[in-house]
Amino acid sequence: MDMYQENIIDHGQHPHNWGLLEDFDMHAHDDNPLCGDQLEITIKLDVNERVVAVGWQGEGCTISQASASMLGDELLGKTLDEIKALSKDDILELLGIPISMTRIKCALLSLKVVKAAAYGLGEDE
Amino acid sequence: MTLDIQAVRQDFPILHQEVHPGKPLVFLDSAASSQKPRQVIDALEYYYTHSHANVHRGLHVLSEAATDAYEKARDKVQKFINAAHREEIIYTRNTTESMNLIVQSWGRANLSQGDVVILSVMEHHANLVPWQMLAAEKGFTIRYVPLCDDKTLNMDALKAFLREGNVKAVSLTHVSNVMGTVNPLKEIAALAHEAGAITIGDGAQAVPHMKVDVQDLDVDLYAFSGHKMCGPTGIGILYGKQAILDAMPPFMGGGDMISRVTLNGSTWNELPYKFEAGTPAIAEAVGIGAAVDYLSGLGMENIHAHGQELVEYAHDRLAEIPGLTLYNPDAPYRSGVATFTLPEAHAHDIAQILDSEGIAVRAGHHCAMPLHKEHFHIPATTRASFYLYNTTEEVDKLVDGIYKVKKLFNR
Ligand SMILES: Cc1ncc(COP(=O)(O)O)c(C=O)c1O
Repeated sequence: MDMYQENIIDHGQHPHNWGLLEDFDMHAHDDNPLCGDQLEITIKLDVNERVVAVGWQGEGCTISQASASMLGDELLGKTLDEIKALSKDDILELLGIPISMTRIKCALLSLKVVKAAAYGLGEDE
Repeated sequence: MTLDIQAVRQDFPILHQEVHPGKPLVFLDSAASSQKPRQVIDALEYYYTHSHANVHRGLHVLSEAATDAYEKARDKVQKFINAAHREEIIYTRNTTESMNLIVQSWGRANLSQGDVVILSVMEHHANLVPWQMLAAEKGFTIRYVPLCDDKTLNMDALKAFLREGNVKAVSLTHVSNVMGTVNPLKEIAALAHEAGAITIGDGAQAVPHMKVDVQDLDVDLYAFSGHKMCGPTGIGILYGKQAILDAMPPFMGGGDMISRVTLNGSTWNELPYKFEAGTPAIAEAVGIGAAVDYLSGLGMENIHAHGQELVEYAHDRLAEIPGLTLYNPDAPYRSGVATFTLPEAHAHDIAQILDSEGIAVRAGHHCAMPLHKEHFHIPATTRASFYLYNTTEEVDKLVDGIYKVKKLFNR
């Protein structure tokens, strides 16, 4: 099964950056209501607007959780502008597995939440 | 007589393919939509190569042939569910449209503030959302019958709701598409009638699997889909007792459903045409007639017996798998599904890995979100559903596939 590479399952079972930060600058939450995946993320920046810490929690399929785990690692050290410039292809490259059309939403939930946080759309109005 | 499954399988051309190299199709998703036998595919082809024209309009040979085929199929459906009159069989697009027709026509004319409609927590969205939409507008109350621990309907709660009064309709699924629970619709109809309410049955998962006799059940309105019972997509049925359908206003306006139109207003055609506005799905109606012929030819008793055998075998085998949780009631209250979760893998991961073995199942909430989120408190389940062409060997492949999932996630 090409999609379930060892590193994907590892990230799914032992996610990096797990747990929300108490002290953060950016925050967002979103879900895929149709499949029940959900994700909440907190991000801490330094004075130069570089990411120094990421914390997230969520539940869902391996693809959605592994994608959040890997993207969290990727964010560390990036500037706000660099985060805003992240694209769908960056995530797919990060995952490095063939993602079928039906699973693309799972793979991209993490990006959606990170973008919402970066643009300050995460707080409940 | 029992079914000759290998002969049945020969009737379904789609089953004989490899979906991945070396992986023959194991189709365990018939509750979502069944496959079609050659007999139904041929009926559609014959209709389009020999008989097609619009119905009820032309005076020419083809229009008569099309009308004849369209109406003969109605007679077949009438006989299949033992309706008293052919006028009681309304063609719709699917169960969902039948339910919307009921809610928008019967519901709009009969429900207002203070009235109660009884549904259950196991309903498919098709028997939830239309009622919620109308309730928001009309202000009537919806009560949801809960489940017992054994995943059957809580009949005591239903009776208590009925005793509270003002109940105008009890609308329930005959068979749950998630758990396969078979609800005692005949008993429920008797209780509802005693309380002065009508009974509406969602038969989408019942009609494909068991002999349904609407007169014996004594339901007032009943809905099902052609595509889940070997027929084409795009055709569904609304059954209704004549007196109730007669009293219901039309759902959609247009051609065919009128008797006279003036610039000041119109009068309605008689049943069943009052509810069949516009050019209908003629070929698909012919197709559901062919599906009914096919199922009747094999015998609904035999189809039911085969389904019960498979589901029992599947439950026994799945129950052996460490950690696996089943969401189905025990016999005899269950129909052709096995629905489960694993502690180590999400439903979508399970379905995806099974697919790589050629096994088609469904993962998610199966259009029953309240049952998952508000009753079981889980986001999703994986459902294997069985039909007349499935075998115990295919159940074995499912079990092997699930062990493969466990191995991947327990390294
Ligand atoms: C119990 C039940 N009701 C209603 C429906 C809706 O059927 P359709 O999508 O054909 O309208 C389904 C099918 O998914 C079902 O299983």
